[in-house]
Amino acid sequence: MAQAQVQVTGVEAPVTISRTSTAESVRELSVSGLFKSFGKDKGILHGISFSVHRRESVALIGSNGAGKSTALRCALRLIEPDDGSVHLFDDEITSMQLSRLRKVRADVGFVFQKHNLVPRISALSNVLHGNLGRVGGMRGWSQLFASTALRERAMSCLDRVGLADQAMKRADQLSGGQSQRVAIARALMQEPRMIVADEPVASLDPIAGQEVMELFHQLTQEKGITLLFTSHNVEQALAYSDRVIAIRRGTIVLDAASNTLSLSDLSKHYG
Amino acid sequence: MADTGRPRGEELPGRFKRPGVFQFCAYVLLVGFVILSFQGAGWSFSAILFGGPAMADFLSRAWPPSMERLPQLSAALLETFQMALAGTIIGVVVSLPLAVLAAKGLSRHTPISRIFYSSSRLLIAFFRTVPDLVWALVFVITVGLGPFAGTLAIAVDTVGFCGRFFAESMEDVEKGPSEALTAAGASKLDTIFCAVVPAAMPSFITTSLFALEKATRSSVVLGLVGAGGIGIELKVAMDFFDYQLAMTIILMIFVLVLCVERLGSIARNRILEGTPR
Repeated sequence: MAQAQVQVTGVEAPVTISRTSTAESVRELSVSGLFKSFGKDKGILHGISFSVHRRESVALIGSNGAGKSTALRCALRLIEPDDGSVHLFDDEITSMQLSRLRKVRADVGFVFQKHNLVPRISALSNVLHGNLGRVGGMRGWSQLFASTALRERAMSCLDRVGLADQAMKRADQLSGGQSQRVAIARALMQEPRMIVADEPVASLDPIAGQEVMELFHQLTQEKGITLLFTSHNVEQALAYSDRVIAIRRGTIVLDAASNTLSLSDLSKHYG
Repeated sequence: MADTGRPRGEELPGRFKRPGVFQFCAYVLLVGFVILSFQGAGWSFSAILFGGPAMADFLSRAWPPSMERLPQLSAALLETFQMALAGTIIGVVVSLPLAVLAAKGLSRHTPISRIFYSSSRLLIAFFRTVPDLVWALVFVITVGLGPFAGTLAIAVDTVGFCGRFFAESMEDVEKGPSEALTAAGASKLDTIFCAVVPAAMPSFITTSLFALEKATRSSVVLGLVGAGGIGIELKVAMDFFDYQLAMTIILMIFVLVLCVERLGSIARNRILEGTPR
């Protein structure tokens, strides 16, 4: 098993992360020759290929507009790719029917940069929404209608992210860091095999961002969840991943194990 | 030469952009049409001036208001509000599913969805463009004289009003929460009810309460064509030159509409600040 030690600065007290890679050889996500453009002359992805292995943590880096977010969304068909194939777990999803795709998506927790919580409703109801891929209809819409078992599971997810005491607070009254934690609890509610996080700390202050990345780190280590995240913070990308993939103008320009890379190796892919 | 702090070579932008020939002609035509509209509407300052004594005569004959038929008028006023409330509730309930179908981007991109989208938008537009008084006349013919015809007219008018605003508010909600639920494997219906509807709820509440205020005012007028409520009492009083009774009715309507507006405003604030679900 590969071990990596990286010091994360930019927070009050520098933190040293010690990672032990638990990656297995089985591929959870395999993207091959993915193309995506938004209108003529607006090509975003130019045939990118990469894979993520079970229990692996992979960081996707690149400057603004490089195609990171589009790649993640295409990988779950939240945006339809123009060409290429995506194997998620054991299925090829690019030609899959929507009803089957929903079942596959239920195993992937997606955490967004802007949290994407539903405002005005409670944190608990937001967490319950993570289960909609499995329990749809009114019982999954709100904590008002959910079964006791589901409510308890949602509460334990909130407890895992340290926000059990905020369960009945409105989502739009939470701080940025708390909102992102609720979003992670929502992903945990899915009992995911994989978490995909699109710049999860970009809208947070350094301390809250560090806490969120630490939480991801713990979850991947404890529950064996595969993690694919994008980041502009090269220190965090190096500290919390087994492998780093760099995208530049829709093309992959680097795919290497984190313990073989230095900060300067990653920094040169910006600008 | 004084230093203006402006980068050299950069001209100060003009305060207004000079309109093109076509745009200028359009402005002139618009102003001309507005002037013609006042003429077409028979706008007359002299009529207002000479109408003053007639108004003073009416007010002197209408004052003091008559209290003779207060119990009967109160019952008619209550009926007016009941028509407005029932009609608004029915209208809001019917509006919701119609608005979901009529909101751009909520339904899938299939030919059937497109048919539903176009039909629901057309239906809402039809309900909205035909005035409530015309609906009242239609329902008086269909279900007979009385408050039921008025309630139906208000319901249809509310569908036209709320359907449009509900659909627009759902189109305007932030797409992030919907995307998050789609990514979690939620169905389209779950996404609409869990992400879109809660986000649009403040707008739904505001629109519904405005619809109730509008319906309260409308329900008075609907009585004039026999669709129930206090309107018919007002018409009879005016026809028989019983201006004191007419003044009583006008003041009662004023108090009712004022109360509905005030209570609507309080309810709106209370609901919007309410506890989460």
